[in-house]
Amino acid sequence: MNFSNLFFLKEEVSLIVVMVFLLLFDLFATGKIRRYFHLIACVALGGHLLYNLQPLAEAKAFGGMYVNSPVISLVKSVLEAGALIVFMQAGNWLAGEKASIKRGEFYVLMLSTLLGMFFMLSSGNFLLFFIGVETASVPMAALVAFDKYRQNAAEAGAKYILSAVFASGLMLYGVSLIYGTVGSLYFEDIPAGIVGNPIQLMAFVFFFVGMGFKISLVPFHLWTADVYEGAPTAVTSYLSVVSKGAAVFVLMMILYKVFAPIAEQWQSMLYLIILLTITVANLFALRQRNLKRFMAFSSVSQAGYLMLAVISGTAVGMASLVFYVLVYLCSNLGVFGVISVIEQRTGKVDMEDYNGLYQTNPRLSVLMMLSLFSLAGIPPFAGFFSKFFVFMSAAGTGFYVLVLLALINTIVSLYYYLLVVKAMFINKNDTPIAAFRSDNYTRVSLVMCLLGVLFLGIFSVVYEQFSLVAWGM
Amino acid sequence: MNFLSLFVAIPVLMMLVLLVSRSLNGIRAVMVTGATLLLGLAVMLVYMYIGERGAGNTAEMLFCADRLWFEPLNIHYAVGVDGISVVMLLLSAVIVFTGVFASWRLAVQQKEYFMWFCLLATGVFGFFISIDLFTMFLFYEVALIPMYLLIGVWGSGRKEYAAMKLTLMLMGGSAFLLVGILGIYFHSAPEGGSYTMNLLEIARVHIPMSAQRLFFPLTFLGFGVLGALFPFHTWSPDGHASAPTAVSMLHAGVLMKLGGYGCFRVAIYLMPEAAKELSWIFIVLTGISVVYGAYSAIVQKDLKYINAYSSVSHCGLVLFAILMLNRTAMTGAVLQMLSHGLMTALFFALIGMIYSRTHTRSIEEMGGLMKVMPFLSVCYVIAGLASLGLPGLSGFVAEMTVFVGAFEHADTFYRVMTVVAATSIVITAVYILRVVGRLLYGNVLNPAHLSLKDATWDERFAVVCLIIAVAGIGLAPGWIADLISGSVLPVVGHLG
Repeated sequence: MNFSNLFFLKEEVSLIVVMVFLLLFDLFATGKIRRYFHLIACVALGGHLLYNLQPLAEAKAFGGMYVNSPVISLVKSVLEAGALIVFMQAGNWLAGEKASIKRGEFYVLMLSTLLGMFFMLSSGNFLLFFIGVETASVPMAALVAFDKYRQNAAEAGAKYILSAVFASGLMLYGVSLIYGTVGSLYFEDIPAGIVGNPIQLMAFVFFFVGMGFKISLVPFHLWTADVYEGAPTAVTSYLSVVSKGAAVFVLMMILYKVFAPIAEQWQSMLYLIILLTITVANLFALRQRNLKRFMAFSSVSQAGYLMLAVISGTAVGMASLVFYVLVYLCSNLGVFGVISVIEQRTGKVDMEDYNGLYQTNPRLSVLMMLSLFSLAGIPPFAGFFSKFFVFMSAAGTGFYVLVLLALINTIVSLYYYLLVVKAMFINKNDTPIAAFRSDNYTRVSLVMCLLGVLFLGIFSVVYEQFSLVAWGM
Repeated sequence: MNFLSLFVAIPVLMMLVLLVSRSLNGIRAVMVTGATLLLGLAVMLVYMYIGERGAGNTAEMLFCADRLWFEPLNIHYAVGVDGISVVMLLLSAVIVFTGVFASWRLAVQQKEYFMWFCLLATGVFGFFISIDLFTMFLFYEVALIPMYLLIGVWGSGRKEYAAMKLTLMLMGGSAFLLVGILGIYFHSAPEGGSYTMNLLEIARVHIPMSAQRLFFPLTFLGFGVLGALFPFHTWSPDGHASAPTAVSMLHAGVLMKLGGYGCFRVAIYLMPEAAKELSWIFIVLTGISVVYGAYSAIVQKDLKYINAYSSVSHCGLVLFAILMLNRTAMTGAVLQMLSHGLMTALFFALIGMIYSRTHTRSIEEMGGLMKVMPFLSVCYVIAGLASLGLPGLSGFVAEMTVFVGAFEHADTFYRVMTVVAATSIVITAVYILRVVGRLLYGNVLNPAHLSLKDATWDERFAVVCLIIAVAGIGLAPGWIADLISGSVLPVVGHLG
């Protein structure tokens, strides 16, 4: 074996180093230094992010099993930035009595899911891809059930692991059918053997359904709301942004690379799935009172918009997707940051509890409002730009009707986002949530989200950077 | 930086300064300074524009600036003005200026209110200076969202319902609009090359007829919703009735004009063949807007509803005139935008002032106000006369040009529609005179009203500014009509 191949795995290897370091720190650090555990974890992850910020060149290792390219490298950085913000927002919760003893587990589990996603993104073979998917989802289940003595956390964990395993099974079945008809698991070799016969179409459908569960597309979304509600808020925000972003991007790459010969078939299938996802999720979101469930359905519908970039099959679509993930990350983590800090302080997560929040906590309310506007795609916030580009990419391939229907759906989504804004700014409340000061980690993370929401769109360099490295079918 | 961009930069700066200002007087100072600067800038722009044209500059858009924004998609930040946008900018500046004085005595959360107000102004100004479809759409949407909070927080009556309805309906319009814009963009390079969002460049290429048929109705409808096109006008009465005074002024006075301007500048200019082919559908719809709006105004009891329905009727006339597709009628359309903008702002300002004294807007509960508040009442009469088209005031000039232009068509359909639309003049007279008679003359119905005070200095100032503008256009319409009709030419020429 040629160990020089490991140099190509710079991102993964250095992440493993960080993980092992945190694990050992958890084992051996005692007393005073342990108080800085959270700071050290955040700094280590941030350092890793900076170290790997420069996108890597096109590279192959282990005979094409592992591939890397600038765009993959950028996506990894985007996801890691999301993980970093989640780390910071989790600070207050981890300092609490129950979670404090297990905080080392939280960091390590979180980072191992991230590592799984990295492998998933960099795979050039369905085997490595599958290993990546499993590495990402098994620790995730442990994280979902992190507060294991809370009943609905345990329930959420069970639901998550069962649906994840079921999805993996379906996906594996699809992959095995592909191997049966093509005789290879390498992404490079498969397209030549894809002729679109019924077995291959079936294989594709199984594979897609498996991914559909991970991304929580309708009709495979049923686990989402319960899991989002039961999981600790930090884990929920991680699930809704980082996991989802990674899965959508990987799906896009595999569709572009491996299933390009049957593009027509998967586009027509995606067409229906997108419509269903956006519409159903929006209709369900309308009735939610619990904000975590509300955000669950909102994130399902956002996944539908992400898929609009996938369906285009173009380089513009890929650039728009990565940009969308980045913007979505900032906006969604902005919202979840506020939900999380309020849940920590008061234990309240219902929309009614937010009535009159602006009177007592104006800054948090404004931040929440801007993030929600960004999610709804209101200019001049970043969400407008990302939505515009996604629509543009789909329209560029000729899906005008789909774009129109998706746009009409944005009005429904605007309605329910405005309900939260209305609660905070317009509704009266005799006993609003009392004014409080949030901790420094949360503040810094929220400021980071806010900067993203305000400036990612207006400063076009970010999008241009993505579009330099994106490629199409 | 191009000086047109100042129209966007000033409101944004005002927002930033408001963010750090602490006292009410500080906030007022910022607003007055900013609004005065904007007004001065608009006047200077008119002056420079006329000078430039006088010097023989025949370019379609003047003072153009272009900055590449999203390079991979060839999206630019591009600005430029012609006679029509100059006039609309002037109108917006006047209304923002008077709107500041009309909100002088706002009681709660002044800082937030004015920040949203500035954002609204940013959107409006940005829209009128843009010549790139993306920038235009961006500013269009920027102007929509502040309405939700302005009405929802500072409004009156069924404010939450009205705010939500208005926001969602206008966003619905922009959904259609966005598809239209994307369609135009992806057909902007039929002979290869890169797609573009620049209006002037798109106007030079011929968009295939099949695409025009598809995207013209979407674009027109998208802008038409904001221009109160029947049957998508229902947001307007509720929205205007619930909004605070200055917001009603700005919304009815300027924001609704975004619709007409967009239909003209984007839908008709870029897709002329489809406009000719499909205009009859929209002529029928706008004809209904004109007459139906006027009839609805007759039966309303709430002053703001009367004026809101009257706006539906008058804005319908703007779209109606644009669809006549000839030079006279289109010039009339822009004059009507200008005239209605000033007049309706005046109306809403006066209604707001009356309401703040009587605490009712129902015409059944008021009467004889002329005896109590002579200044406000006389101004109300002037606004009413302008609205029903009395010669010497702006309404007459605009409506006259519109109907003359519309009658230039020899076709029976156009003539019949023109006659139908012209009946609205009579109906307008009915509802205006009815209000004036009930509200201002006769005996004072409510004895408590006898002790009411007439207008304060800030109110007088706002109202007088608007009246001067209304009368100015009515007495000397020539220079403004020349300004407009010169700029209508390229569009008409494009129609062939």
